[in-house]
Amino acid sequence: MAELSGAELIRSSAAELASLLADRVVSAVEVTQAHLDRIAEVDGDATAGLHAFLHLDSDGALATARDVDTARVAGKDVHPLAGVPIAVKDVVATRGMPTTCGSAILRGWVPPYDATLVTRLRAARLPILGKTNMDEFAMGSSTEHSAYGATRNPWDLARIPGGSGGGSAAAVASFEAPLAIGTDTGGSIRQPAAVTGTVGVKPTYGGVSRYGLVALASSLDQAGPCTRTVLDAALLHQLIGGHDPLDSTSLAGPAPDVVAAARAGAGGDLTGVRVGLVRELGGSGHADGYDPEVLARFTESVAHLTAAGAEIVEVECPHFEYALAAYYLILPSEASSNLARFDAMRYGLRVGDGDPAATAERVMSATRAAGFGAEVKRRIILGTYALSAGYYEAFYGSAQKVRTLVQRDFAAAFEVADVLVSPTAPTPAFRLGEKLSDPMAMYLNDVATIPANLAGVPGMSLPSGLAGGLPAGIQILAPAQADERLYRVGAALEARLLAQWGGPLLAAMRAVPSVHASPEKVTA
Amino acid sequence: MAGQLSGILAAVAKVQEVAGPDVPATSHPLPLVNVMRPDEPRPSLRADDALAAAPAREGDRFRVPRILEED
Repeated sequence: MAELSGAELIRSSAAELASLLADRVVSAVEVTQAHLDRIAEVDGDATAGLHAFLHLDSDGALATARDVDTARVAGKDVHPLAGVPIAVKDVVATRGMPTTCGSAILRGWVPPYDATLVTRLRAARLPILGKTNMDEFAMGSSTEHSAYGATRNPWDLARIPGGSGGGSAAAVASFEAPLAIGTDTGGSIRQPAAVTGTVGVKPTYGGVSRYGLVALASSLDQAGPCTRTVLDAALLHQLIGGHDPLDSTSLAGPAPDVVAAARAGAGGDLTGVRVGLVRELGGSGHADGYDPEVLARFTESVAHLTAAGAEIVEVECPHFEYALAAYYLILPSEASSNLARFDAMRYGLRVGDGDPAATAERVMSATRAAGFGAEVKRRIILGTYALSAGYYEAFYGSAQKVRTLVQRDFAAAFEVADVLVSPTAPTPAFRLGEKLSDPMAMYLNDVATIPANLAGVPGMSLPSGLAGGLPAGIQILAPAQADERLYRVGAALEARLLAQWGGPLLAAMRAVPSVHASPEKVTA
Repeated sequence: MAGQLSGILAAVAKVQEVAGPDVPATSHPLPLVNVMRPDEPRPSLRADDALAAAPAREGDRFRVPRILEED
């Protein structure tokens, strides 16, 4: 086989790289170096380039790659993904590598332990390229709330890459990494996937360990894969999923066999699968706020599902229109409690310690005032308000009841449908700055992704085509612990869309401009 | 920020329209109760690791500002 160029290597899927590595056509060092070169070429920093990464670990990634190559040369058994590089969202604890959550309060913090999912990545020997940018503490839909500056969308550097996991999605879309880890509390894996033309999966709540994830809203947070293909998402999901005794909310048993489901689905046959169109999420009569081209791409995807043999039914989920309101009470409530740990005593920023009049309370207050950004403050204030005596029942209590109603809507819908589908986000990527001054407008991006978090059910976003030259996504939802269905239906749809497009959607993306400045990573 | 917060509160108050007294509250997606693990000793974080990121340290302890206000 002819030698592969770096440009070819970075455009390969993780599954293709795994096969090239297993056949020893390329070395893990070559694959890793090709991605590091790509990052040096396009990532830049807060002022120019994509700014998908906050921290790079070139030495660590290459050391892992050398280790994999040595093992393979020695004929040792290695994990199929060994040597395939990965990027990790900066909300996931990585021992010896900065973890900032996009916040100034954690600038330079280096965790003393690995998240369980990182332990699994290291055990399988995937070179970890670095940590990706995000909205501060995962609060946002654009990465503009990162204290280190926004990430830019590789399709158009003037636009948002989605959020909160815009760094992971932009890294995957721009071929800086074939795989990335995201976390999804209200859509932070799926919405960035939709607006960057990539694949993102939020597994069933409890399907991937939360141990070592810096908590935003503990009853909603879930880590999952960010990739360019459905099969790659399955390979990564299966690696990081499965029970973890260190997370009391972790589901019992191993990860579901989503790889087999993705391979089965790739044949393109969905005979007998019942697909529900959610009336309230861009369905008949509920299209307000949805971009017409996003809806057109969605309708075309549904036609592909029909052609694949699926039976299409419309389902009503009447309480989904209350889900956004419930989410923006439950999330701030849980976040205000979780973020109380940033008290300037044990780690992170401390402000005002030198003042002779300093007390713990004054230092905490000064530190939080200086260390948290505006969106984090907004949500902490909202959360403490919603939980306060006198308002608790009317706000937090009512939101918890809506959560029950949303779960009942899902239960009823899954009586008549095996999976549900909707557009992932109502619009393609908007312009940087466009929604910063209007928090409610920003929150509306999550209208279709939030119900899954409230109910704990799994969801996938995959590209459905272009809307005004920018990517749009289709979301697939399945019942809790039926993640396999996402992969079967997603792979079947992906196969038909690729045939329609004559190749991956990302082939339609213009070249990402090179930046010549050497990347200066703020947290390094 | 006060104006923004009022706007958000007005929007999220929508939950009250359907949260009737007959609807039970849900706090968590999984019906989990009392997850137990075997009560066995295992290694924990070393003091130096736990203290490595401390803003201020004194021996094997976190040094913190005065807790009580002076009267």
